[in-house]
Amino acid sequence: MIEALQYEFMRSAVAAGLLAAIACGIVGVYVVVKKIVFISGGIAHASFGGIGLGYLLGISPVMGALFFTIASALGMGVVSRRTKLPEDTAIGILWAMGMALGIIFIGLSPGYAPDLFSYLFGNILTVPAVDLFLMLVLDLVIIAVVVIFYKELLAISFDEEFGTVVGVPTERLYLTLLGLIALTVVVLLRVVGVILVIALLTIPAAVARQFTHSLKTMMLLSVALGGVFAFGGLWLSYQLDLASGATIVLVSGTAFLISAGYQRWRGRKRRPSPSASASS
Amino acid sequence: MAADDVVQLTDVWVYYDSTPVLEEVNLAVGQNDFLGIIGPNGGGKTTLLKVILGLVRPSQGTVSVMGKPPEKSRRNIGYIPQHSLFDREFPISAWEVVLMGRYAGTRLLQSYSGEDRRQAELALETVGMLHNRNRQIGKLSGGEQQRVLIARALASEPRLLLLDEPTASIDTAMQTEFYELLDRLKSQMAIVLVSHDISAVSVYVDKLACLNGRLFYHGSKEIGPEVLEATYKCPVQMIAHGTVPHRVLKEH
Repeated sequence: MIEALQYEFMRSAVAAGLLAAIACGIVGVYVVVKKIVFISGGIAHASFGGIGLGYLLGISPVMGALFFTIASALGMGVVSRRTKLPEDTAIGILWAMGMALGIIFIGLSPGYAPDLFSYLFGNILTVPAVDLFLMLVLDLVIIAVVVIFYKELLAISFDEEFGTVVGVPTERLYLTLLGLIALTVVVLLRVVGVILVIALLTIPAAVARQFTHSLKTMMLLSVALGGVFAFGGLWLSYQLDLASGATIVLVSGTAFLISAGYQRWRGRKRRPSPSASASS
Repeated sequence: MAADDVVQLTDVWVYYDSTPVLEEVNLAVGQNDFLGIIGPNGGGKTTLLKVILGLVRPSQGTVSVMGKPPEKSRRNIGYIPQHSLFDREFPISAWEVVLMGRYAGTRLLQSYSGEDRRQAELALETVGMLHNRNRQIGKLSGGEQQRVLIARALASEPRLLLLDEPTASIDTAMQTEFYELLDRLKSQMAIVLVSHDISAVSVYVDKLACLNGRLFYHGSKEIGPEVLEATYKCPVQMIAHGTVPHRVLKEH
């Protein structure tokens, strides 16, 4: 691996992995504790429409995706808050429509869409410098928003109704949170692709949650875990010549299973009789 | 109705879709009142509290809380929602939960001030939970969680405390302790408590009302059997003062 780092593409891959870990570690914590995994999946898939639009207009597909994810995040948020349409129905519709639009746009684009596959399943080895820079900027935006609105985001994640009572502008903050998810999807796009984004948004945070009861610690731990998973997956894909995005996801998923199994084993050891565990 | 009433509802109607949930509700709560509102599930108890909080806008009628519209008075209301709403596994400590009660006085980018921390500490001490401040909320027992939520409401130094089915999740032994806590608090604020549990409520409150769409309120604890029957749509034993147990009887 060390000798692999002398290659320019390997250095960018490591940088992309770390930038992805920061976004998914921080925002993933909110996705997991607020249980908005499905809406995040919807935003991720809707981004495919933007990728297609990018091809059609001849602009960067990542910029197209940025526009589409933010628009779909706000759209889903407003529809679920202001209309009586159940949120999961709205998500299902936007999810599929985004994908369908992407397919139509790409079909209409002249010629062959060169690295379409890498947008669907990610390819951490081919992230261009301009996208690395965009990932860095989006990471900084995410960190700034979370620092500024930490109290507020905690309040709407824990108990939204009480938040409203004490004067937190809950709807605007919910839309802000969905906007952060949209930015994270764009950051992760090049690394794991549209279809696998949801894995990095949930797994590092879900593992971190098993080890801490503090939201801040959970964020730091989840960023670190995201980095380890990205790096481990990258190394394994390099050694075994496998698809990098899918390998990163499988490494993360395996780590989750091991940590969940460990927690269960430890819990059983601490409480030997099954009846004693019923109270919690 | 006195001018210094903390809550004043006049001819309030609330509809969900086209079903009336509250019908022609009139209510006045004075400064140090401890009002219990009982009624069956689905009788509009939670809705009534949300009207007072300004979370539900009535279709008709006026709501005044401390002489202002409810949204403007929220800062001075301590609200204890039905217990089961939040995720017990949420990674948050009792201390962070209580600090949230101070949110209304803070600004963007500002963390909680020394005064906020002092009030939060005081509130935790009032409910006897200061020693548990660093525990994760789900690691506390039902009764302890309830006391943390009361501390969160008290941290805002409220003039009005609203409690929604507060005893639903705590066992009988804890209930006595809980009502004694409210008894100590009522000298400092008005308290409105809603419950479907007639017996527990009627012992401690000063005034009692029945709610089942309509509110039956006589400004005292004595409520005749005809009112209870109208509320619960079934024959009910008479409410009496003191610790006499009361039961809802089957039709016979």
